[in-house]
Amino acid sequence: MGMTITEKILARASGRSRVEPGENVWVNVDVLMTHDVCGPGTIGIFKQHFGPNARVWDPEKVVIIPDHYIFTADEHARRNIEILREFVREQGLKYYYDVGTPAYKGVCHVALPEEGHTRPGEVLLGTDSHTCTAGAFGEFATGIGNTEAGFVLGTGKLWLKVPPTMRFVFEGELPPYLMAKDLILAVIGDIGVDGATYRAMEFTGEAVQALNIEERMTLCNMAVEAGGKNGVIAADETTLEYVRARTNKPFEVVQSDQDAKWFAEYVYRVSDLPPMVAKPHSPDNKAAVTEVAGTPLDRAYIGSCTGGKITDFEAAAKILLGREVKIDTFAVPATTQVARELQTRHLFGKPIAKILTDAGVKLGPPSCAACLGGPIDTFGRLNRSEVCISTTNRNFPGRMGSKSAQVYLASPYTVAASAVKGCITDPREFLA
Amino acid sequence: MKHIIKGKAFVLGDDIDTDQIIPAQHLVYNPAIPEERKMFGKYALSGVPAPQSGLPNGNVPFVKEGELKSEYSVIVAGKNFGCGSSREHAPLALQMAGVEAVVAEFYARIFFRNSINGGYLIPFESEERLCEEIRTGDEVEIYVKEGVLRNLTTGKTHKLKPLGDVLPILEAGDLFAYAKKTGMLSETAA
Repeated sequence: MGMTITEKILARASGRSRVEPGENVWVNVDVLMTHDVCGPGTIGIFKQHFGPNARVWDPEKVVIIPDHYIFTADEHARRNIEILREFVREQGLKYYYDVGTPAYKGVCHVALPEEGHTRPGEVLLGTDSHTCTAGAFGEFATGIGNTEAGFVLGTGKLWLKVPPTMRFVFEGELPPYLMAKDLILAVIGDIGVDGATYRAMEFTGEAVQALNIEERMTLCNMAVEAGGKNGVIAADETTLEYVRARTNKPFEVVQSDQDAKWFAEYVYRVSDLPPMVAKPHSPDNKAAVTEVAGTPLDRAYIGSCTGGKITDFEAAAKILLGREVKIDTFAVPATTQVARELQTRHLFGKPIAKILTDAGVKLGPPSCAACLGGPIDTFGRLNRSEVCISTTNRNFPGRMGSKSAQVYLASPYTVAASAVKGCITDPREFLA
Repeated sequence: MKHIIKGKAFVLGDDIDTDQIIPAQHLVYNPAIPEERKMFGKYALSGVPAPQSGLPNGNVPFVKEGELKSEYSVIVAGKNFGCGSSREHAPLALQMAGVEAVVAEFYARIFFRNSINGGYLIPFESEERLCEEIRTGDEVEIYVKEGVLRNLTTGKTHKLKPLGDVLPILEAGDLFAYAKKTGMLSETAA
């Protein structure tokens, strides 16, 4: 019996020739990532258990990326960054992307690949549920808690239960009005926010292979919204080209075997799918955009690890070029690199940033910003009962701030089209 | 690990995500600092929309205004409890508010792991849909090893699923204690 990518990676990481779904194994961790929200707690647990003078297991395998509460006057948030800084100094950590310096990046899940920390075949653990984004690089990546991360800091190991793998095959060629966000919203709507609980989600098929790396990240990013432990896509030329340009470290590509055992298999013909939204208040509350078209909106938001990459802004810009938004529209590039590319990348001879601002979009500095609400002064935060359409990944009550706000999740195309008309709008109206 | 957990039940529905358990704006507090750690109890379950807070009637605050602890020590919920973010502040907030056990149909995996590895509370899985059976304020008793919940208010008894392969970690206390017990971590670690 063959193995899936996830099983093979966990077998290698636990020093075994094979593992079976359901087994608990101790794995060696290749990269541990933490940020400003969970870093201070993780550091506290590390010191409590390993002592005030303890050293991390490998200073080159720890990556710290402050990204959540950056541009806020909140004094606790600022103090938390200082705790990270102090720990990095004390431990001599190589990979720290400090706020207020040229090293600052922004959203960790986008910064990790940009800085060469995502490599096929590896185990990446991070104190953030969207760590699963990195599965787009053919690795095992999942979110963990502070206690687990504190344990990893000291030992480089963690127990993990081997998940059975669900396989999602996307056949055919993606129509020009669809994006990876539409595909994953379709999947989550079909299987539910608990449809992949305790399981791996492997994405494959022609339409996936044709996606660029950022779109693949969008697919894997939202595996956790279906309850998945990890999302994964086999590494191919697209992956290798991206990864090799950013790291010299060796890695080993693994593929699922022909005779691997799948827990379940779902096949989608992508040409059959319409643009999708998730209605309030759950990512699985699926509807075709046509079903909710005309719903009045107060706000649009483009940003986050899943919807704030250059591909996302380029898509939005295609629709916003030469048009004006009718509602408050906020755009937050995930990272400083995305922010730079907004200036240098052109569409019809115009920088993307200029297309956005000319359309009336408010452009903020790179961070997680309002995706998860955050401190009250966060850029774009929903502080009242606004109705918002967003490229982000969660719309549970209160996720973007106020409990009484309503959030629709959609692709950058759909969000941009809706911003222009002030109500939920099918992007095909603009992309014909 | 306690043999019997006894207390008042607080009932919630399905898909209670970590933003409802502890809203993101409060994550600025550092759990490693005792004074700040208490704040998580104060805001536990403050993100649950009022009509869904304390079923079946709703509109029951989990923690009373101005207090740090709740009068409820057992949470009863539906499916997929703790979905969403990986914030360990979620089981911590429940623990700080005085919760000793959650009884749900099943959990999102990170919340489940955090509850056990951090030793905050016991996440039981129920055989039946207890969130439509038990009412907020009912007095309940959980026999931990036996996997039985007794509702003292109604006199009914409900079966819970075995704790299975996480039982040794619960018995040890948390991930660190378990790792020491099994030789994964040296006893000399602080």
